[in-house]
Amino acid sequence: MSDLLVLLLILVLAVVLIAGGLFLSRRSSRPAPPPPPPAPPDLEAPPSVAAPEAEPSVETPDAVVEAPELPITAPEPPAPVRERPRLRDRLGKTRAAFSGALTRRGKVDPETWDELEEALLLADVGLPTTQRILEDVKARAAAEKASDSDAVLDLLKDELTTLLEPGDRGLAATAGEQNVWMFVGVNGVGKTTTIAKLAQREVDDGHKVVLAAADTFRAAAADQLGLWAERAGADLVRGQDGADPGSVVFDAMSAASTRGADLVLVDTAGRLHTKVNLMEELKKLRRIVDRTPGALKEVLLVVDATTGQNGLAQARQFAEAVEVTGVVLTKLDGTAKGGIVLAIQAEIGLPVKVVGVGEGAEDLIPFDPAEFVDALFD
Amino acid sequence: MFDALSDRFDGIFTRLRSRGRLSEKDVDEVAREIRLALLEADVNVKVVKQFIARVKERANGADVQKSLSPGQQVIKIVHEELVNTLGGVTGKLEMSSKPPTVVMLAGLQGSGKTTAAGKLARMLKSQGLGVLLVAADLQRPAAVEQLRVLGRQLDLPVWSAADDGPKDPVEVARTSLHEAARLGKNLVIVDTAGRLQVDTELMDELRHVRDAVRPTDTLLVVDAMTGQEAVNVATAFDEAVGLDGVILTKIDGDARGGAALSVKDVVGKPILFVGTGEKLDEFEAFHPDRMASRILGMGDVLTLIEKAEATFDQDEAKVAEEKLRKGQFTLEDFLDQMRQVRKMGPIGNLMKMMPGMPKELRKAEIDEGELGRVEAIICSMTPDERRDPSVINGSRRVRIAKGSGTTTQEVNAMLKQFKQVQQMMKSMAGGKRMRLPPGGIESLQNQL
Repeated sequence: MSDLLVLLLILVLAVVLIAGGLFLSRRSSRPAPPPPPPAPPDLEAPPSVAAPEAEPSVETPDAVVEAPELPITAPEPPAPVRERPRLRDRLGKTRAAFSGALTRRGKVDPETWDELEEALLLADVGLPTTQRILEDVKARAAAEKASDSDAVLDLLKDELTTLLEPGDRGLAATAGEQNVWMFVGVNGVGKTTTIAKLAQREVDDGHKVVLAAADTFRAAAADQLGLWAERAGADLVRGQDGADPGSVVFDAMSAASTRGADLVLVDTAGRLHTKVNLMEELKKLRRIVDRTPGALKEVLLVVDATTGQNGLAQARQFAEAVEVTGVVLTKLDGTAKGGIVLAIQAEIGLPVKVVGVGEGAEDLIPFDPAEFVDALFD
Repeated sequence: MFDALSDRFDGIFTRLRSRGRLSEKDVDEVAREIRLALLEADVNVKVVKQFIARVKERANGADVQKSLSPGQQVIKIVHEELVNTLGGVTGKLEMSSKPPTVVMLAGLQGSGKTTAAGKLARMLKSQGLGVLLVAADLQRPAAVEQLRVLGRQLDLPVWSAADDGPKDPVEVARTSLHEAARLGKNLVIVDTAGRLQVDTELMDELRHVRDAVRPTDTLLVVDAMTGQEAVNVATAFDEAVGLDGVILTKIDGDARGGAALSVKDVVGKPILFVGTGEKLDEFEAFHPDRMASRILGMGDVLTLIEKAEATFDQDEAKVAEEKLRKGQFTLEDFLDQMRQVRKMGPIGNLMKMMPGMPKELRKAEIDEGELGRVEAIICSMTPDERRDPSVINGSRRVRIAKGSGTTTQEVNAMLKQFKQVQQMMKSMAGGKRMRLPPGGIESLQNQL
């Protein structure tokens, strides 16, 4: 076994040093990053001029776009009085039974700190972030002479809330122009469901919404979005299964401008952040949206509350690829606490903008740092 | 990572100057590092505690084998303990003595049940079983359609509720058995809706589905990226419907998959399969040793070796390596080997999996297109030129560049690089591990 390994190592090294070295040396000899070598044709950067692509003209938009006049099933009562649920209301019911509450003890002792650490770790905050936060809190506790465990817990909550405080949590949209929100993330985090809920909310708020089913990979993903579009009263633009998602985005944006829709929600296929070619595809989608300068208002990374430490790697890679503007935290209605968003905000500075707590259209709530932090220690 | 971990351990041991036997104090020191590694990998905090207690017990007073450093010794113990906890090699389903065998998949939303159902169906079909897919996920819009698409791809029947009929998953499950009998299928895979383990209503429904089909295998589908929550999920599903095994999905990412250990630890049922990609054939039996390495961040050495064995002609590779060490390695050999290596997948991935690979190289981005260009350059040479590049003069260079669509500068750079590596290999002849100069690849480049 190890012989083969050594052999392999040498051979791969040889290949890398001879072939790889060629361009590594070229890279390092130039101060500015050299232009990327020609990518495979389907990843080619779109021309900078917003010229209509060949593809959409073959597939005429009308053929793939669903009729704008969709019967809105189950007409909802008028929107304005709708009250948005709060995080606390939605979290309360399921939590208490599952998470062990912190024991109340008077004096602060090493065990208090261990318990706090464990609580943060169990919430998926991750060891590096946890330790850093606790160091800060320890310092503060010493400075403020807090010796009571309740006081320390308050300090910790305060520290966490402050950490989560910065960041704009609104979803940007400018009246009178086309706004595009793009949703990205790994497989199965709830991108499509999130879009469905947001579409409902925005339609209720009086926006004209187009959904772009740019997930042409997963079987029936577009059907799923289509059903939601119908329910929400939004338009859907889709392509054939396996079609180029770029053409769907392009079509959706032109359909939106023809119909005077002011909001386009782009559903992308779930992809692992480690798949280089899929991340390139995502960059291409962004470039297509960017052909209309300023249209792209939000690139939202959807993160599942059950995600562990890998969430940080996801956030890093997606942010690097498509300049993510914020995080959508889904599935917070279970017992998972979604502490990874603390690490994401602390390490990468991406704020949570929306929280998903269920499958209904109303199960979308704004993120409140203080309530979120409280829930960590329930 | 493996190196990083064992280096850290070794650092601790040198400081403590322990020799011969692992003392309790040594092990305590190391336990902190193990804890860190396991928590980073998302193993549940409580599972980590118990695991470390077990490792400590085994490690205290253990003899340090001659061939290993104390740090490696501890890693070995940790690794063995991990493999033991994770269980044996699996990949086999329990088959019912009275067909049909029924496999029910359950799990949270988005864990990959429907895809796993398709993959499992494909695998069992290829083993000669008659498979019926049952779409009992009537919750998520278009979930039935998703399974139907997979069924079409696999040429397998899919049983579900009529599109306009009542949406009762229990009824769908119950009738699926008749359908299986009618079609003469001996294996039924029931895909259920994703549900939160705290949703009592849906958990009740799952119980009813189970009672309707009385599955031979009830499998929990768990996302490898799951964090601490894995324990709660596994416990609740096990309590509700009684699990027989686990499918771990999405391990093709860079998540370390500590959830596997957590789930195994609380449920005690084997992890049967792992999903390794988006395509239907990317589905394998679970290998505890690989998972253990992965959780410890040791790189997936075993997968690499398997890949290598599948693609490499070992004898040929040995000859090539011998030549390389003796400096008789020609461009022809290089071309052969490069093609073999590339067959194993993108070089960048290989390097990430390779233990002992210098960090700089591990991080370096390898452009496959560049490798193609090198191949083109060599292919544009005559056999004589490949055997002895010194005959390549100015006009030959121009010809090679033209033939390969590159520039003479690129041809020159490639030749120079080749020569340097040839010399380097020769000077390292006999050495088992390759060491790059301190500055890594950059300084190597500067030297060249």
